[in-house]
Amino acid sequence: MGSVTSELPAGRTPLADAAETGLKIVIVGGFGVGKTTLVRSVSEIRPLNTEEVMTQAGVGVDETSGVAGKTTTTVAFDFGRISLNERMVLYLFGAPGQERFWFLWDRLFSGTLGAVVLVDTRRMDDSWYAIDRLEHHGTPFVVAVNRFDDDSAGHSLDEIRQALALPPHVPLIECDARVRRSGKDVLITLVDHLYDLAMARETTP
Amino acid sequence: MTPRRPVDTGDPDRLYTVTGGRSRADDAFDLVTLVVRESEPSAGMQSEHVRILEMCRHPTAVVEIAAELRLPITVVRILLGDLLAMGRITARHPRAAESVASLPDSALLKEVLHGLRNL
Repeated sequence: MGSVTSELPAGRTPLADAAETGLKIVIVGGFGVGKTTLVRSVSEIRPLNTEEVMTQAGVGVDETSGVAGKTTTTVAFDFGRISLNERMVLYLFGAPGQERFWFLWDRLFSGTLGAVVLVDTRRMDDSWYAIDRLEHHGTPFVVAVNRFDDDSAGHSLDEIRQALALPPHVPLIECDARVRRSGKDVLITLVDHLYDLAMARETTP
Repeated sequence: MTPRRPVDTGDPDRLYTVTGGRSRADDAFDLVTLVVRESEPSAGMQSEHVRILEMCRHPTAVVEIAAELRLPITVVRILLGDLLAMGRITARHPRAAESVASLPDSALLKEVLHGLRNL
């Protein structure tokens, strides 16, 4: 490669110069459910990792950190990206569903298009809290069940919907987070759902 | 000579130093705000500012800058605020991030769907 790209770290593909609109979709789920796998299967870059720090007061870097710094908490998350066209780029964030993360939701994910709750049927308890929090924040979402190879319990989608107390209007689908086609279908299901919501809102007098 | 490491993110003291003691970030910078440089780095600039300008030859999202610099988002927002004030960068903010409650319109979503289907 020529000198134009020599400043970029290895493997980082630049966006088109016309790129002007960044968009966000958040994938929420418990540890080991396959968030990063899903991001990787559809992302045009190798997933990157970053973090945000917060203090008890919810401010950024703790002003008193010179003294102790023990009130600082770090929340790490992965992300990938998809260039939708020359102007629009979609960022996918894999976010842990644990409690402290939700304190940072507004600061990190305000303006997100919507969310995917990724579910492992062996650990469905993890998903309840995420669903409750998304409803609380008014973030539209779909639920995707990541079917692992050894998912022998074989719960039907109806059973899962019941177990999660999921309202009928929330789309619920199966996926294999390792497969690009499947990951893409999850995103399309979400955006289809968002589109329906937008149309309903826009046509309501 | 050992290359200078940007910052040890595990040490709040170092973060404090990078930002000159400031803790309030410029909230205008969303995670997906795209940053483009307006000029090359110049001599005497803070090393983190230089690295950001080097990265932002092409549009680069705030979150990608944070990942490459291995700095927390808040710290990167502060550094970007400096560069914006100096006229060194321009920022392309997302349309949908103006308020938490604002929901995307159908025209935007249609474009997103089209892009996803063409993957």
